Amino acid sequence: MPSFVIKDKCDGCKAQDRTACQYICPNDLMVLDKEKNKAYNRAVDMCWECYSCVKICPTQAIEIRGYADFMPLGATVQPMRSTDSIMWAVRFRNQQIKRFKFPIRTTPEGSIQPDAGFSSASGDLKDPHLRTEPDSLGTELYRK
Amino acid sequence: MNPGQFETIIIETDLLILGGGMAACGAAFEAAHWAKQHNLKVTVVDKAAMERSGAVAMGLSAINLYLGLKNGKNTIEDYVKYVKNDLMGITRGDLVANIARHVDSSVHLFEKWGLPIWKDEEGNYVNEGRWQIMIHGESYKNIVSEAAKNALKELGDNGKYYERIFITEPIMDGDRCVGAAGFSVRENKFYIFKAKAVLDVMGGAVHIFRPRSVGEGLGRSWYPPFNSGASAYFTLKAGAEMTCQEVRFVPVRFKDSYGPVGAWFLLFKAKATNAKGEDYMVTRAAELEKWAPYGTAKPTPANLRNYLMMQEVEEGNGPIYMRTDEAIKEVVANIPDEKQAKRKLKELESEAWEDFLDMTISQALNWAAHNIMPEETPSEIAACEPYFISSHSGASGAWISGPEDLAKGDKFWGYANMSTVKGLFAAGDASGASSHKFSSGSFTEGRIAAKSALAFCVDFPDPVSFDETKIEVLKNRILQPLLTFETHKEFANDVDVNPNFIKPKMFMFRLQKIMDEYAGGASVGFKTSKALLEKGLEFLQYMKEDSEKLAASDLNELMRCWENVHRMWQAESHIRTILFREETRWPGYYFRTDYPEMKDEWECFANCKWNPETGEWEMKRREIEEF
Repeated sequence: MPSFVIKDKCDGCKAQDRTACQYICPNDLMVLDKEKNKAYNRAVDMCWECYSCVKICPTQAIEIRGYADFMPLGATVQPMRSTDSIMWAVRFRNQQIKRFKFPIRTTPEGSIQPDAGFSSASGDLKDPHLRTEPDSLGTELYRK
Repeated sequence: MNPGQFETIIIETDLLILGGGMAACGAAFEAAHWAKQHNLKVTVVDKAAMERSGAVAMGLSAINLYLGLKNGKNTIEDYVKYVKNDLMGITRGDLVANIARHVDSSVHLFEKWGLPIWKDEEGNYVNEGRWQIMIHGESYKNIVSEAAKNALKELGDNGKYYERIFITEPIMDGDRCVGAAGFSVRENKFYIFKAKAVLDVMGGAVHIFRPRSVGEGLGRSWYPPFNSGASAYFTLKAGAEMTCQEVRFVPVRFKDSYGPVGAWFLLFKAKATNAKGEDYMVTRAAELEKWAPYGTAKPTPANLRNYLMMQEVEEGNGPIYMRTDEAIKEVVANIPDEKQAKRKLKELESEAWEDFLDMTISQALNWAAHNIMPEETPSEIAACEPYFISSHSGASGAWISGPEDLAKGDKFWGYANMSTVKGLFAAGDASGASSHKFSSGSFTEGRIAAKSALAFCVDFPDPVSFDETKIEVLKNRILQPLLTFETHKEFANDVDVNPNFIKPKMFMFRLQKIMDEYAGGASVGFKTSKALLEKGLEFLQYMKEDSEKLAASDLNELMRCWENVHRMWQAESHIRTILFREETRWPGYYFRTDYPEMKDEWECFANCKWNPETGEWEMKRREIEEF
């Protein structure tokens, strides 16, 4: 679909001023039905299946049902994302299941120092060296 | 909703960065450092939320541009040669070299920030191909955006980030760009950003051509559907010269879900064949000689690989398969020890699935839905619909100044990455003729452009001014679709079917139909001609008139209205430039049936410009400098 919301699991992110899916969707598709207090995807045919809403949902209420105009029914791909890795469960139409786990990040969330320990460029604004160069290049900057 | 109910908010800054993708993040990271030294303000405005904004929103499984200069692996000259050949000679060597000489620095930063990059036993990056390295990139964008936001924080009150604001119009003071106008997609607020320099990094353009899938799968474009031509519209409306607007990109990908093929071709060394198992790159090799010297050089340009495949399809030799099964069998067969072979098979399986799960999850779902095991079953590949993206193997974008020390002749005019409009800079998919920058190069080009734009701010320190009466005019024009809907909505029983207006979705479908059928889309085998293009232009003029009657029932639809106006401008510049270039140079992107051959006289850039004063389009050739 595109993403769809399992009604029983969605609580409308009631403790927050906006839902997580609404915050994250890069195409501004997820909205909250305020009367029902449930989120929904307002234009499923503009959904990229990027899974940003699926990954961020605090109650795991969002899943993806493959685009029905070219995918047979019955398969699911569901992630469980933590701060340093992601686990995937891939269920085939024939019910076979494969699981994968991949690292996603080697540093704690929120810890990034922009310069990352590289020393700053010493030149002025007209000098071609960028912020952390040449240190972050590991070699001299190419000049003609 | 009525424009009168919208509060107008005016924000003043020094450098205004428009966008939230890789180039915008690079720009914010770089700008923070230099702005701090010069006490300048930096403001970033994004239509989405930065941690999942832009084309890297879903993640990536590889970084496609890393030279490894510190290990002496490649040279800048090697890279420029490679890019130029892939684009059939039409490339700005100065721009490509400028990105290439800095890009390793960005990749080293990504790694320190926390991006897991694959390493071999000696601790070196694992190459997918000569220029590509493998990553565990699910959180690539999250990591890079965190660095960008933390960099802005270094500026304190001088660093600002606004999310969910859709930018749609440049603000001009004579021949200088001094800001941008847009609106919040969440609340009734109209925004004016005034700036000494503006950096356009709003991505490429998707959904100009009719996609292969038009049901739910409409959104499963290869490049994201939310990249809707805002960059090209912005520079065009400011009166900037554009380049390579004819050089669309048609990627060949796994069929329907558009999963990446790079790892299969480069890492796993898989072959693509027709249904009979014939490798068309071998059986049709003679065709490549027609496109010499580019066709006969290695690697074969992307568009020519497409072209040979398209010829197979046209002759009825499909389906076309990526022989994933054969590739995996071959790797495993070379391992004599049975236990080791089994372990390798498991490893390859995991790598193959991660390739999709990192960046095109839908393709993994597609494999699972069709019970495809790559080690057992080959998978179909196909040419997608055309896209506008200069960061990959397309080249459309603004014509920008090169850097002073690398640009020759008329390719340098004061500030690297400045367009032909004073104070307006471009990078990433917004700048043209500098293909193959990909994620790392776009981030890097954002850095280059931001530093250069700050130099401009220092050289022109006076506060900018513009005719304040323009604000109301702009506001009314930008919010007009809301008023149009409000005025006429009660007339008919259906909110979408009303003779007084057109809704953005049908407007988009109309554009896609014109482009597909007249400008060489997928359904006509990417073929077009003068007669077809002129007909397409005629229909685009009706669309331009009807764009005044676009209607929006809410803020989301208002954004869709403007996205589609942006697409329409990208489309017009595309048709006009294909028409201007009377030859066929990228036969696997589009084919001019009336000029079926490549010609020496067209070994040049084809540029265009919309003149804001006269409303006329001007076309011109620009020379290619040897790098």
